[in-house]
Amino acid sequence: MSRGGKLVNMIIGLEVHCQLDTKSKLFCGCSTDYRDDGPNTHSCPICSGLPGSLPSINKKAVEYAIRVAKSLKCEICEESEFSRKNYFYPDLPKGFQITQYDHPLALKGILTIDDDEGLEKIVRITRIHLEEDPGRLVHKGGVDRPKYTLVDYNRSGIPLIEIVTEPDLRSPQEARRYLQKLRATLEYLSVFDSEKEGSLRVDANISIEGSERVEVKNITSYKGVEKALTFEYTRQKNALRRGQKIIRETRHFVEGRGVTTSSRSKEMEQDYRYFPEPDLLPLRVKEWSEKISLPELPDARRERFIEQYSCSPIHAKTLTGDLKVAEFYEKVAKINPVLCATWVADTLLGELYYRNMSVQAVPHERFIELIAILDAGKITEKSAVEVLRNLLDQIKDSGICESPNECIVRLNLGKTGGDAITKAVGEVISEQKTAIKDLKNGKKGAMNFLVGQVMKKIRGRGDPQEINLLLEQALSPGDE
Amino acid sequence: MTKITHFNPEDKFHAFLKTCGDTEYTTGPLNGENIAIKDNISTKGIETTCGSRILTGYIPPYDAHVITLLKKAGAAIVGKTNMDEFGMGTTTENSAFGPTLNPSNPDHVPGGSSGGSAAAVAAGIVPFALGSDTGGSIRCPASFCGITGLKPSYGRVSRYGLIAYANSLEQIGPMAKDVKSVSRLMEIITEYDPRDPTMINKPYHCRCDGELNGISVGVPEEFFGKGVDPSVASVVWNAIKWFEGEGAEIITCRMPSVEYALAAYYVTCTCEASSNLARFDGVRYGPGASLKLSWHDSFSERRTEGFGTEVKRRIMLGTFALSSGYYGKYYAKAQIARENVKNDCMRIFKDVDLIIGPTMPVVAFKLGEISDPLQMYLTDILTVPANLAGLPAISIPCGKVDGLPVGLQIIGKPFEDERVVETAYCYEQGG
Ligand SMILES: [Zn+2]
Repeated sequence: MSRGGKLVNMIIGLEVHCQLDTKSKLFCGCSTDYRDDGPNTHSCPICSGLPGSLPSINKKAVEYAIRVAKSLKCEICEESEFSRKNYFYPDLPKGFQITQYDHPLALKGILTIDDDEGLEKIVRITRIHLEEDPGRLVHKGGVDRPKYTLVDYNRSGIPLIEIVTEPDLRSPQEARRYLQKLRATLEYLSVFDSEKEGSLRVDANISIEGSERVEVKNITSYKGVEKALTFEYTRQKNALRRGQKIIRETRHFVEGRGVTTSSRSKEMEQDYRYFPEPDLLPLRVKEWSEKISLPELPDARRERFIEQYSCSPIHAKTLTGDLKVAEFYEKVAKINPVLCATWVADTLLGELYYRNMSVQAVPHERFIELIAILDAGKITEKSAVEVLRNLLDQIKDSGICESPNECIVRLNLGKTGGDAITKAVGEVISEQKTAIKDLKNGKKGAMNFLVGQVMKKIRGRGDPQEINLLLEQALSPGDE
Repeated sequence: MTKITHFNPEDKFHAFLKTCGDTEYTTGPLNGENIAIKDNISTKGIETTCGSRILTGYIPPYDAHVITLLKKAGAAIVGKTNMDEFGMGTTTENSAFGPTLNPSNPDHVPGGSSGGSAAAVAAGIVPFALGSDTGGSIRCPASFCGITGLKPSYGRVSRYGLIAYANSLEQIGPMAKDVKSVSRLMEIITEYDPRDPTMINKPYHCRCDGELNGISVGVPEEFFGKGVDPSVASVVWNAIKWFEGEGAEIITCRMPSVEYALAAYYVTCTCEASSNLARFDGVRYGPGASLKLSWHDSFSERRTEGFGTEVKRRIMLGTFALSSGYYGKYYAKAQIARENVKNDCMRIFKDVDLIIGPTMPVVAFKLGEISDPLQMYLTDILTVPANLAGLPAISIPCGKVDGLPVGLQIIGKPFEDERVVETAYCYEQGG
């Protein structure tokens, strides 16, 4: 929202909570893979907070968090310490959450994104810390007036990483791009599975320059962030236009309705009474971090794609923006990497998005076959798109698909051979005297008409450029 | 091989909250010896209340690490002993289920908070018991009841399964009639447990052969200062004289940080307790919360009814001390004072092997004698330094005043529990 046309500047900071994709929970041995199982089947004395149980740190979770901190170029703290955040809530089995307070894992990092003008922009990271997820409440009979509420501790103790930004974001679109880049980074680090339900939660601080800031909680999706912030921006802007003041408050995002609602404003400022968790020893994370190496990250991979596969910068960015897409591309970029880049970035992703499918569902051998057929000039681009759509529909329906060749034969999409085209060109030249006269008189569009007539004769299964060439050759006067 | 022991004692002193009747045990070094367990140590299948109404009916689904080890060693877990609610007290009068009486004189308290364990041993009902010691809760009742009780070094015994009162201070420890029995239990309960991150893997082994080996002993002046009953002091000095007679070097020293030890202790333990006890909200333990009230109102109702006065007092103190704006004034300052106590002890330990003094400044009070909580807190003055500094400390009987036992306290360097036990054994044999 630039100063020029629009009214005001928007200032956004995000607090992102991501579940780390470890096998076991943060302080006990319970498995984190609970999504298909019944309530309270992944709990033990530790994560259900039974009296007398003690937490033991899951080293893998710390390692994952250090990976994230390193990839965001943070300053890793010498010693990191856990603290207790004390508050009462039925989903919190111990009456406190083990989190980090004045000795977090890391401080002061950066993440580079594109701003709204497409220029590179640095978003500053304030801090990164580790904490445990609380349990989950299941309200029976509606959230507003539940008959009763059940507690499920399966989620309790899942490792969370909290990543806090400075108020550096300036539009809902930037916020979305920040999240997408962050997700890509976490996935490249193999520490996060964005497809797990509830694996990402965002709190956003948003204000209009010069006004109080509002905290929007309960955003649980990438699209939700943009929606919530757009709604909140409009609400605040309208309030200011009407001469109202923005009050400092916490609002909840209602995903279904795309609106934010005020939490009861009488709610007192919570005093969490933080103090160091006496049951856990401080972690020497700086020392630890020196032993941890990082895999290739999105920016590096993008540069490599440009170098190694001669991808265009735009294609390279699209292909590396999602780990699974990047991995798919590298598997299929065997024959003609540039053609593949176009096909994955421009065609395949669009078709997948339209069908709400993941790239992981696409068998890469089939895709390679299709590109090979296209690259050999055996079918036209248009036919190739038709084949791809057919194959994707089959996968969506049954999980499997026929081979591109089978599809081409079945739909009779094979490109017409050279003889047939030459024959058709000859026929069109003898039939379309008027058009040829027009062409010779320099009338624009005559050539396109002629190509179209040839195509009609071969039922579209020819390469327009090739036909064009043949026509030109046949019509060029007296050359050899 | 599983055998069964039958346990249904006459419990005149109300040492037990629960006795187990027929109890299974297996073969092992303890081979069927009966052991009583303080009611804040989790025992699978046996109700564990911490002496509190709020935990009435709570049956742990798991054993504390020490219980697993004792069972493996062939001990028979025969009952759960009375205690001050959640360990908060010096007399066992703060139990929600009525006080325990001192077997030496039933008009007097047994000390606390492990008063039930001490009384069960002193009355000869069991040869062994486990207690827990946060600021003297093993040593005080050992002293008042005339038995032996050891608070191990912090990190020597797994706290896994010990229902926390003040995590950074407390340890589970053995209580018995004699030092050798205490030592036998130590050999069993010190086995390493990775589930307690504050535990150090250091197997315990003590010969108990009665050799003093020319030790030097520090006697802090402050341990005989204001508030110490002169007749208690004189009994303890006699014991110290015995050590001198045996060739030990006695060095009087100063421990000025003692002045701040009680404050540091009470701030730390109440802060930790206020957080530890937050989980008792009526959702999972004890009588159920009202479904008609809002979360917070029902939590508040459950906690008002479920906790006793002293527990509520300490929760309030700790909550206050951790509040924003007060943290620096109380909790943070207490940690500095705690460091000072530690440093004071380590300075003294440069010149001596052990610190010796009275366990308690007085003998057992009469039941109901002290009603002012501050006056009560003052009596912990000699036991809290060992907790603040994480040191091993034992109390052994060293005489009587007015027919009531006096305890001698021997404090050792960190993780030198064996030397503390060895020295206590020498005194027991010769003193
Ligand atoms: Zn668990």
